[in-house]
Amino acid sequence: MSALKLAVTMLDVTTLEGADSVGKVRQMCQKAMRPLPGDPSVGPAAAVCVYPRMVKTAAKAVEGSKVKVAAVATQFPSGQMRLKERLAEVRYAVGEGADEIDMVISRGQFLQGEYRAIYDEVAACKECCGEARLKVILETGELTTYDNVRYASDMAMSAGADFIKTSTGKVPIAATLPVTLVMLQAIEDFYERTGRMVGMKPAGGISNAKLALQYLVMVREVLGPKWLDNDWFRFGASSLTNDLLMQIRKQETGRYQSGDYFSQD
Amino acid sequence: MSHLGIPKTYKLFIGGKFPRTESGRILEVRGPTGEFLANASRASRKDFRNAVVAARKASGGWAKSTAYLKGQILYRIAEILDGRSDQFVNELVGQGLPETKARTDVSEAVDLLVHYAGWSDKYQALFSTVNPVASPHFNFSTPEPVGVVGIIAPRRGSLPELVSAIAPALVGGNAVVALAGESALTAISFAEVLATSDVPGGIVNILTGHRDELVPEFAKHMDVNAVLLCSDDADERKIAELEAVENLKRMSLQPDRSLSPSPYHILDFQEIKTTWHPVGV
Amino acid sequence: MSANDFLLGGFAPAPESTDHFEIKKSYDLFIGGKWVKAAKRFETTNPATGEVLSEVALAGKKEVNQAVKAARKAYGEVWSKLSGAERGKYLFRIARLLQERAREFAVVESMDGGKPIRESRDVDVPLAAAHFFYHAGWADKLAYAFPGAGVSPIGVVGQVIPWNFPLLMAAWKIAPALACGNTVVLKPAETTPLTALKLAELFEDAGLPAGVVNIITGAGETGKALVEHPYVDKVAFTGSTAVGKEIRRSVAGTGKKFTLELGGKAANIVFEDAAVNEAVEGIVNGIFFNQGHVCCAGSRLFVQESIADTVIKKLKKRMESLVVGNPLDKNTDVGAINSVEQLERIKELVKAGKEEGACIWQPSGGLPRKGNWFKPTLFTECAQSHRIVQEEIFGPVLVIQTFRNPQEALTKANNTPYGLSGGVWTDKGSKIFKMTAGLNAGVVWANTFNKFDPTSPFGGYKESGIGREGGLHGLSAYCNLSH
Repeated sequence: MSALKLAVTMLDVTTLEGADSVGKVRQMCQKAMRPLPGDPSVGPAAAVCVYPRMVKTAAKAVEGSKVKVAAVATQFPSGQMRLKERLAEVRYAVGEGADEIDMVISRGQFLQGEYRAIYDEVAACKECCGEARLKVILETGELTTYDNVRYASDMAMSAGADFIKTSTGKVPIAATLPVTLVMLQAIEDFYERTGRMVGMKPAGGISNAKLALQYLVMVREVLGPKWLDNDWFRFGASSLTNDLLMQIRKQETGRYQSGDYFSQD
Repeated sequence: MSHLGIPKTYKLFIGGKFPRTESGRILEVRGPTGEFLANASRASRKDFRNAVVAARKASGGWAKSTAYLKGQILYRIAEILDGRSDQFVNELVGQGLPETKARTDVSEAVDLLVHYAGWSDKYQALFSTVNPVASPHFNFSTPEPVGVVGIIAPRRGSLPELVSAIAPALVGGNAVVALAGESALTAISFAEVLATSDVPGGIVNILTGHRDELVPEFAKHMDVNAVLLCSDDADERKIAELEAVENLKRMSLQPDRSLSPSPYHILDFQEIKTTWHPVGV
Repeated sequence: MSANDFLLGGFAPAPESTDHFEIKKSYDLFIGGKWVKAAKRFETTNPATGEVLSEVALAGKKEVNQAVKAARKAYGEVWSKLSGAERGKYLFRIARLLQERAREFAVVESMDGGKPIRESRDVDVPLAAAHFFYHAGWADKLAYAFPGAGVSPIGVVGQVIPWNFPLLMAAWKIAPALACGNTVVLKPAETTPLTALKLAELFEDAGLPAGVVNIITGAGETGKALVEHPYVDKVAFTGSTAVGKEIRRSVAGTGKKFTLELGGKAANIVFEDAAVNEAVEGIVNGIFFNQGHVCCAGSRLFVQESIADTVIKKLKKRMESLVVGNPLDKNTDVGAINSVEQLERIKELVKAGKEEGACIWQPSGGLPRKGNWFKPTLFTECAQSHRIVQEEIFGPVLVIQTFRNPQEALTKANNTPYGLSGGVWTDKGSKIFKMTAGLNAGVVWANTFNKFDPTSPFGGYKESGIGREGGLHGLSAYCNLSH
């Protein structure tokens, strides 16, 4: 039960659709602040995650709560643009009130072997973030091999990432337990070498509570309890929220739950 | 009050589903005294084309699945067929076959499936080698399925004849498009067994139709890797061999009767891949 | 409930349920398709709790004789007259039934032997079923297995198996024996009779003809009587090298065929260009899987000196997260030591290790009070001549040595009378094949460890045994070949 409630506080409740509107974002922010109406012991979520244009709306909606505002930026999800414009996006989002920036690395350049460019773009984004924390999306589904994921993780952390994140959620292959393990090992080795903690965010493909708990066990066994805190671990998920809530209710009442009893925002 | 029967519609088996032939044509099946039994589908070249698409789609997953899983699935087909023997016997008797022959046919087919299920994780040991090359390399040769195999079952199309033609290519990891013999109803009932035996959709596709129309199509298709033709007809064989040349199909020509159970029938639809790697520090 | 429980405490208990099957209060011997009483009886207990699980029969010379006679009768009158395909069908049925009752067998195995439920459920039972499936398929195909040679069954096979993988070892022995046309008398280990007895019930359900497999429970004397019985044509034994040698002495001059699968002291070699995190998992799996009660356990770690500190540090961290506890809890990584005797043996050798100057390390945390337990342990600063490096401990104890180059690793790895298995960890392909070619061991794992499959032959060089089990190579043990 404590793991289930912990998982809720680690959610980055996300909407990244072309059709996102002010109304949609406001409702989602309500859900993030009060996931289970009438039960203040559950939640709030760690953050809401939106496109740059929606940051101001989100910031206003969660004002006064502990929920942070994360913005995707740097030409999410493809990253296929000149660095100059991508950095401008970061500055814009931070200016609109983002507490966190989820950037994408240039997978095309990585696969071309231009590794220095990856290091430089992460470092440049970190600078533009100012006070905001930087999550670096590796898009592991496009890097495809574990060796590539490890290399990209190491580079992102050396360049100043506060979090490394698996996926944009926009390609078929997203977070998996093995890929996450590789990234956790990278974080552990980096911490041993430098003393600096970096956070982990698996995103996409974590659709049920049971799987989420398996991720938490893995974090606990590889990195330890220090990382079991929403400053250092997040789930990038949308449908996970309600499954966590349903499992919490089930633990309390002994009954399997129905979607009818939980808000669909 | 007697029960008014519900006659079954016999359609084709493609991609794990039972579609009618796109051509709308039928094969009329009559009993020994001329009474109407059923209309089976008379497959067209477009149905065959669709079946090849389904087979190709499914072939990658089947080839990659473990030998253990393939054996389990073939054994499951045997289990389900054995459990349904009465259905098959009745269907065959209804078409004029003596009951003892019908029973032997079904148990032969079941035994063939069990036999080939047992080969799934053993033929590799027989047909692979580690080759003692003269240079410091680790060198090994292993069989791999060719991909999509077209099968023209023996003309009469009894259950053991059909199974003996399909099972070797199947257990070897290939996806199969089979033209059943004249016993169309038995073939489609067998397809029902396949559909309920955990066989992934598209791995086995069964068509009923006319040989002279479809054999050339099987032999011509550029996305079929190999063909098994059970035929004693010299002309039919020649046509098939000539059409197969264009994409260098592997051809296995067999007599027009049940294939004897043998791992060499599995080998007929395998490619041999040899890998080298240096040995050293 | 505080939100910090998951952070600070252990995992919530996840006990496997034990209420959906029965362990009878007592079992008799399974001879000639019937349950036969014996005068003497003994108890089998749960090593994690000390609880008595059941009372089983102790087969004496009289009962051994009965069983062998039943096997002989079944061979002559029934089994040798069946076609290979029919024998295969019985084996398929057995495999299926084992799949159906998988959970029951897994739980009983953990209760009787001490291994974690995750292992019995995910490894032992599925592999046992797979062995029956695999060999079922060979029964009618033996003509293809031996090019140019005629094949025939041997006759009656006497088999003695150990307590570390009771059900799996029964499957490894019975399946090929039956597939090749022989009949069987099998003696399970003294401390773990239950899954073999349940297998006997399963043979009944499968309709296996009476006397084709006979299960006689007992202790060392029972096994001796079986092995020495004049009507046993072939002996198969898995267990310690010492007992293996005794068995070989007793069959000398009798013309009996025999296969032995004995002890080991495998070298697990980690190079500096290995994927280190994966190698650490491999080391842990190699020695702590099944509490180290594994003949092919990677009990000697050879780590390249340049990365030794890193590897040992990561290894210790990983060992801290291993859960030692109730075998029936799904969180458990390391279960109970099988018996008081085995626990004493482990303790004695560990004591010797300390006295000889090796440096011991164990993770923090306690052990349950009741039952037989030993913490995962490692020794550094070990020398080739230490007892703990030479002798098989058969427990969760790893000894660590360093090496500088591949040749040194090979020399030290091979410097042992054992030769069952070995492991190599490196990302460089050519080095893998150089090392695997150079290791004098019957099973070599590269970038993995403790992997088993019915299609893959298993067995040792030198004093680790004679003969192979599984795969094409494992069949010849159970056939007479004419060539």
